Amino acid sequence: MKTTILLSGNEAIARGAYEAGVRVAAGYPGTPSTEILESIIQYDTLYAEWSPNEKVAFEVALGAAYGGARALATMKHVGVNVASDPLLTASYTGVNGGLVLVSADDPGMHSSQNEQDNRHYARFAKIPMLEPSNSQEAKDFTIRAFELSEEYDTPVLLRTTTRVNHAKSVVRVSEPREPVFGRFERNPEKYVMIPAYGLKRHVVVEERMNRLRELANSIDLNAIEWGDTSIGVITSGISYQYVKEVLPDVSILKLGMTYPLAEELVRQFASKVQKLYVVEELDPFIEEQVRALHLDVIGKERFPIIGELNPKLVAAGFACVSRGEAFAAEACKIEKPDGKCFAPTPKRPPVLCPGCPHRGFFHVLKKLNAIVTGDIGCYTLSALPPLETMDTCVCMGASIGNALGIKRAMPDDDKTPVVAVLGDSTFVHSGITGLIDAVYNGTAATICILDNSITAMTGGQDNPASGKTLMGEDAPKLDLAGLARAIGVEDVLTVSPRDLKALELALKYAIQTDKPSVVIAEQPCVLIDKGKSVKLSPAAVDPEKCTGCQLCFRIGCPAIESRLAEDGKIYAQINANLCIGCSVCIQVCRCQAIGRCAQ
Amino acid sequence: MSGKVTNIRLVGVGGQGILVASELLCDVLLTSGYDVKKSEVHGMAQRGGTVNSDVRFGQIVYSPTIPDGEADILLAFEKMEALRSILSLKAGGVAIVSEQRILPTAVAIGKVEYPSDIAERLRERAGEVLAVDALGMAIQAGSKRSANICLLGALSGFLEVDESLWEGAIRDRFRHKGLEANLKAFALGRSMPKPEGRSKRDLE
Repeated sequence: MKTTILLSGNEAIARGAYEAGVRVAAGYPGTPSTEILESIIQYDTLYAEWSPNEKVAFEVALGAAYGGARALATMKHVGVNVASDPLLTASYTGVNGGLVLVSADDPGMHSSQNEQDNRHYARFAKIPMLEPSNSQEAKDFTIRAFELSEEYDTPVLLRTTTRVNHAKSVVRVSEPREPVFGRFERNPEKYVMIPAYGLKRHVVVEERMNRLRELANSIDLNAIEWGDTSIGVITSGISYQYVKEVLPDVSILKLGMTYPLAEELVRQFASKVQKLYVVEELDPFIEEQVRALHLDVIGKERFPIIGELNPKLVAAGFACVSRGEAFAAEACKIEKPDGKCFAPTPKRPPVLCPGCPHRGFFHVLKKLNAIVTGDIGCYTLSALPPLETMDTCVCMGASIGNALGIKRAMPDDDKTPVVAVLGDSTFVHSGITGLIDAVYNGTAATICILDNSITAMTGGQDNPASGKTLMGEDAPKLDLAGLARAIGVEDVLTVSPRDLKALELALKYAIQTDKPSVVIAEQPCVLIDKGKSVKLSPAAVDPEKCTGCQLCFRIGCPAIESRLAEDGKIYAQINANLCIGCSVCIQVCRCQAIGRCAQ
Repeated sequence: MSGKVTNIRLVGVGGQGILVASELLCDVLLTSGYDVKKSEVHGMAQRGGTVNSDVRFGQIVYSPTIPDGEADILLAFEKMEALRSILSLKAGGVAIVSEQRILPTAVAIGKVEYPSDIAERLRERAGEVLAVDALGMAIQAGSKRSANICLLGALSGFLEVDESLWEGAIRDRFRHKGLEANLKAFALGRSMPKPEGRSKRDLE
């Protein structure tokens, strides 16, 4: 095997975990973290799983660490919110085998519902945090994180961002350490957090923090790169790369361990530079701690708190500094986009795939004029034109609670239907408790589970309702309808979202009952279904029958295109290369102008 | 400064094999002894939306993303996507553009028009525009799925990289499936005449 390879940050974290001798890895898919576990299963020395949600994933990893093995938990930034309950107390119990939590943050919200800065979790949980700035560091810091975890008996937060997770750079790989199997040993005063024991453990946490503060000043992950001392920059993670790109000659304090802050090192650095800067993405996390040391520092007034940084933004932030001004001004110069070539280009927003089972569902749901509480998944795209059938989207599983609240806020005589919509994986993740609430408190909302047998948005990961595990083994397929009935839902209707009539009947029935109801729209995702089901011949428009009513344009299928006829009118035509023959347009057309191509 | 870094931005539409192409490009550059970084975004953006992949190489590379206006080469897998990314290209840079058109939904249903003056607008900024019938060549090579490799072939004419390294990388990546078509598509792309009789040269 080559020893120098190009790896993404995620592949490098997986490699680092392997080299560190990790025995158990658990996570829930979420951009930009997903590929860590997808990559880790190539190493056959460890066990890895998709858990139903991030809380369970973290608890599994924590249990493995209690049991004496090294364990990794991976999730996206908002996933840590779900796992935060065990995380904050895991800080008290400490670990036994090393435990590393990877938080993959998404500044710029490439594929997320917010851009929260998870560095705050390190301070909140009182645990050390490492931040790699490229793939080599992603691998090396993962290994260091396990060592720190065991030495200081604490979970360690490895905080990454999209441009570290998804960027590829050169990595030198090494031989792995043999994974250690563990054996749990009883120690109730450490692992049973009843108040009496918990209070004692809090003392341990604060003592550990003091030792970690000392460590931060001497650990080699924090290092000063001396250069021109008229400018001193404290930075970490991907921001470090941007600073090096723009101002390669200035003095830099690069923090690899960003919590607790290396206070003495910061003071020492500050005393030797003329002007002190902090360059960091999102919140002024380092900046505020530097200010608390009574140091003059320039930060968020120059570098935006919103969105990702990039070399241009960093250069612009330095542009009015005396030294480096000429260079920075040049570097941040973005030509005025006034030429004709910069005129706007038609947008190309993400869309539901041709044949996506969600399309027919939302087309029918739209007709019911319901209040639709939505959730996290591909189906969130139905909020956009032309479907525009989603009224809320907050976090995983929120659709059900939101629907119940909206329903309860209504006067009794308001019969507007309230419909919650979420996918199979999202339902398993955190929709089940919401459904229990609906039944327990008797709130008459309709909960629709769009069961496409996969976690689709993140690229097609298995889940408890898909019948396979991360490691490719067969698993019992969770019976969603049976589960809903067991919870106590009387009306549980399972239909195919490709049969629009049956779907409409089911939805109309479900919304008129005065009890909670569940509609399961069951049809595998087209991206996993390829080749598995019978090949359907594509649809075609009969130009003789098409009246140009454009009703089929409203389902937003990429395979349906316009055709300008000689009479100057626009008619529909179907791109046979894109059409997979789902038949939704055939059913939508009122003039029977769309049919299947002859095979 | 750490020496010249060359920036190549690949743009197109989800499903066109852009990420495979940028992986292969990185394989070749790494084997050639360069420091290489590449950056792209996964997730929501893939569903038929615009896909970008930034590849940077040189003696030492810091940022994995290409700052606006600093791409030396824009390699577009779809015509209109070239236009969308034109701000990333440095003035006088090279635009290698597939002639393939993929209609966004709003264009497909006739709400918005597909721009008709793409080449003209690209020339306003690019020093050279090389139009490639990548899909046609790919079909000629035996598989329309090899259009991405055909475009790499066209790109290869602008890079100082030994031809045998390209072939080796293609053989490595496609040893199980589609090797012949991809090798042929690459050769067809590479044989594209360069604008103004230009031959292989370093972008510096």
